[in-house]
Amino acid sequence: MSCWTRRGLLLALALGLALLVPMALSLGAAEKTRRSVGNGHGTGVTLRPDDSHGDGHGVNKTKKIFPVLTFDFAHVKIPFEISLWVLLASLMKLGFHLIPRLSSIVPESCLLIVVGLLVGGLMKLVGAAPPELQSDVFFLYLLPPIILDAGYFLPIRPFSENLGTILMFAVVGTLWNSFFIGGLLYAVCQIEGTDLKSIGLLPCFLFGSVISAVDPVAVLAVFEEIHINELLHILVFGESLLNDAVTVVLYHLFEEYSGLGMVTFLDVFLGVICFLVVSLGGVLVGAFYGLLAAFTSRFASHTRVIEPLFVFVYSYMSYLSAEVFHLSGIMALIACGAVMRPYVEANISHKSHTTTKYFLKMWSSVSETLIFIFLGVSTVAGLHSWNWTFVTVTIILCLVARVLGVMGLTFVINKFRIVKLTNKDQFIIAYGGLRGAIAFSLGYLLHPEEFPMRNMFLTTIITVVFFTVFVQGMTIRPLVDLLAVKKKQETKRSINEEIHTQFLDHLLTGIEDICGHYGHHHWKDKLNRFNKKYVKKCLIAGERSKEPQLIAFYHKMEMKQAIELVESGGGVKLPSAVPSTVSMQNIQPKKSNSERALPQISKSREEEIRKILRSNLQKTRQRLRSYNRHTLVGEPDEDGWNDLLLKRQKIMDMDKQISRMSNYLTVPAPPPESPTLSRSRLASDPQHYVPKPTLGNVPIIKVDLASPQSPEYVSVVDEFQKEAVPLKEEDEDAGGLTMKVPLGDPKKEEQEQQDGGKEQQRLMRCLSDPGPGGAEEEDEPFLP
Amino acid sequence: QTYLFQYTFAVTPAHIKRLYKRFQALDKGNKGYLSPQDFGSVKELATNPIGDRIIGAFFSQGQETVDFHSFVRILAHFRPLDKNRAKRPDSPEPINSRISKLRFAFQLYDQDNDGKISRDELLQVLRTMLEMQVTEEQLESIADRTIQEADLDGDNAISFDEFRKSLEKVNIEHKMSSRFLH
Repeated sequence: MSCWTRRGLLLALALGLALLVPMALSLGAAEKTRRSVGNGHGTGVTLRPDDSHGDGHGVNKTKKIFPVLTFDFAHVKIPFEISLWVLLASLMKLGFHLIPRLSSIVPESCLLIVVGLLVGGLMKLVGAAPPELQSDVFFLYLLPPIILDAGYFLPIRPFSENLGTILMFAVVGTLWNSFFIGGLLYAVCQIEGTDLKSIGLLPCFLFGSVISAVDPVAVLAVFEEIHINELLHILVFGESLLNDAVTVVLYHLFEEYSGLGMVTFLDVFLGVICFLVVSLGGVLVGAFYGLLAAFTSRFASHTRVIEPLFVFVYSYMSYLSAEVFHLSGIMALIACGAVMRPYVEANISHKSHTTTKYFLKMWSSVSETLIFIFLGVSTVAGLHSWNWTFVTVTIILCLVARVLGVMGLTFVINKFRIVKLTNKDQFIIAYGGLRGAIAFSLGYLLHPEEFPMRNMFLTTIITVVFFTVFVQGMTIRPLVDLLAVKKKQETKRSINEEIHTQFLDHLLTGIEDICGHYGHHHWKDKLNRFNKKYVKKCLIAGERSKEPQLIAFYHKMEMKQAIELVESGGGVKLPSAVPSTVSMQNIQPKKSNSERALPQISKSREEEIRKILRSNLQKTRQRLRSYNRHTLVGEPDEDGWNDLLLKRQKIMDMDKQISRMSNYLTVPAPPPESPTLSRSRLASDPQHYVPKPTLGNVPIIKVDLASPQSPEYVSVVDEFQKEAVPLKEEDEDAGGLTMKVPLGDPKKEEQEQQDGGKEQQRLMRCLSDPGPGGAEEEDEPFLP
Repeated sequence: QTYLFQYTFAVTPAHIKRLYKRFQALDKGNKGYLSPQDFGSVKELATNPIGDRIIGAFFSQGQETVDFHSFVRILAHFRPLDKNRAKRPDSPEPINSRISKLRFAFQLYDQDNDGKISRDELLQVLRTMLEMQVTEEQLESIADRTIQEADLDGDNAISFDEFRKSLEKVNIEHKMSSRFLH
């Protein structure tokens, strides 16, 4: 270990301790004041001076000195405490990554539990009562961000491909686990020698159902760090999400009837119905809110700033709505996130997308940290009743049940799977069945009166959670390496993969149709068609609704590359005459929606221009950066006509060279210095200046520079739009809208006589005037 | 005859029965072979962007008819791969192995059978898949980008090896398998 890291380590430890102690103390003090204020003023540590609100209260008040500085903690206590806890969580997370060795051996969740234990212990020392993890705080505030993060970024393709397997594990696996553990525990409890006779069968089953659910928070926390391959990740993670419905139903079923001591067949049957209602209802509620969110985001183009808020609020509402009816809130949240994502992403701006992503990650990260810390604190805080038999038997049974369940289910599932699960896969799935805070919170919800053994249950649950998180969490990483399980491949998807996978999808759909087999591909294809035809039109704003997935993917890729190139230092200086303004064309509408400093042509005008160009310019339109105001330029000065023809040839040669170099660059770079070059750059389309005979009735758009004071120049365009005539394909070159400079051209003068000479003068002025920046610098960058 | 099928194409008798039933269902007029019109009667193929290519793949060079043997041969490509089967070192590559599946897909791209996917062939595929929703320039730039990404030997076309390499992360065994032949 080098000198630096040793110092770093010591520093971090010192920092940690220095923070822990005052925090514990302040939290303890906060607890004490709560008690003291509750007991009335004047006892213990009074923090609210009586005379701070003294005006007009007392009758015989003697005048005291005006208090310059007062200490009034009580009224900010709750937010203060919450902020302190969040701060503690974040600092701990920060601290762990400063200590390099530690984070590679011990998973973060373990460290956080240890921190929680420490803080709880400190608080107990100080004399304050450490808070326990309240179930409603957990279920309403701490759990949703994590689930939303998981659901929004759920990889849909592997999830839907493996849905059958995941459902089998989630439903059948959890049922098997609950009954196996519950039943055997009851049998053990009946054995002489343990004093567990009092626990009935139903409480045992209830306990079994609580303890058998694989926990998404714990799974995420551990699996995130081991980077396992996508299939296993989605299997275990999907199982942990979907078993919520089963857990909810079993929990309520057994809780309701454990007081009565027996469950009839009718109840079981109703339980099955309840399960279907809970899971499907949850999904429907989530999908409904997801569609609402998608629909709302369609209209959000004018208020980009609150776009992320819609994602969060609608999702949270779906969770709460599902919880109102005791449906599965987790499934609702997953459904909401997964449904809304493709449409919302097509609608919202790039910045909003980044904001959403980062907010979700931030919230889920903080939530996760807080959950683990509170688990530690609750361990210290809670009343415990330790029973060796119960605890050890539970742990053993959990492991055994999990292994047997996975093996049995895989045997059945492999008969139906195309790509079978190997033994290694089975082992990882079994080993990755971690329990976590959900089990603890469910146990916490039990009423002490109905369940006198609640404390023992809680102790056992905590022990099992600790066991799985510490032992299994710490050892899974070396085991994964030892067994050489395939890891996640980090590279991004290439456009080749995208094209070929779509091709293969079509191929398989065709083959299935030939075989007459309505398989996976057939339904997926049908769903895609339905989506394209009806749903996208409703939910995605404007042009994007017709954009094929491949194009969207391609543009995303181009944008990413462009951003990377710029970030890496601006790379090659290219004239923006690089061909493939194609992609710019589609980037531009997005960018043009973002805030720009200069006043702009109104949207309707822009649309008109675009319509004309689109309907007439078959070949040349993509070469024109025609509808971005700021590059809607296209004229040289009046004398440079011949020069330009030569320059055009030069540019074309240069284009070819550059495209060979790096033809993926499609975002225009800052323009080079030379004025002539810049001028010809602006007139980049070679077809601009082909002196073709103008068809008399083809409208000519006179374009002007993006000069801020010239909104009225658009009227020129308007004028010509009225005369827009459908195109006649007389010769392939001339068939098109030409961007003509109003030069001394005999044919054009006719046209120009149509507008007032005044207009023309105005145009000429504006065309030769590059804008407010000054007439002489034509090499000023036109792109801000 | 079923034994021959089993040996060559690694399909089980149950599969052969199923396939034969389907063959008979498609063969309107009980000719004993299939013609392009028989394939055309599968209406979903009409809306499939590469439907005609798929039909074309069944008819080997210059043939106008597809007999049952060829029918099974093509469809056997899509049988799920049996990973646990012991591999005999000198046996020919099974028809549903990853390489064979990829070769089949490659041949669908490479219509002129020169062993490479040229830019034009790629453009054609893109055009049919994107169904006129995009402009020619967009198609061209996507095609250029695709070739640039995959082309390792600089010949401006995608050979079979480059094709295979670009798909090495895709789970072909899963993607190109149909449960029909499970």
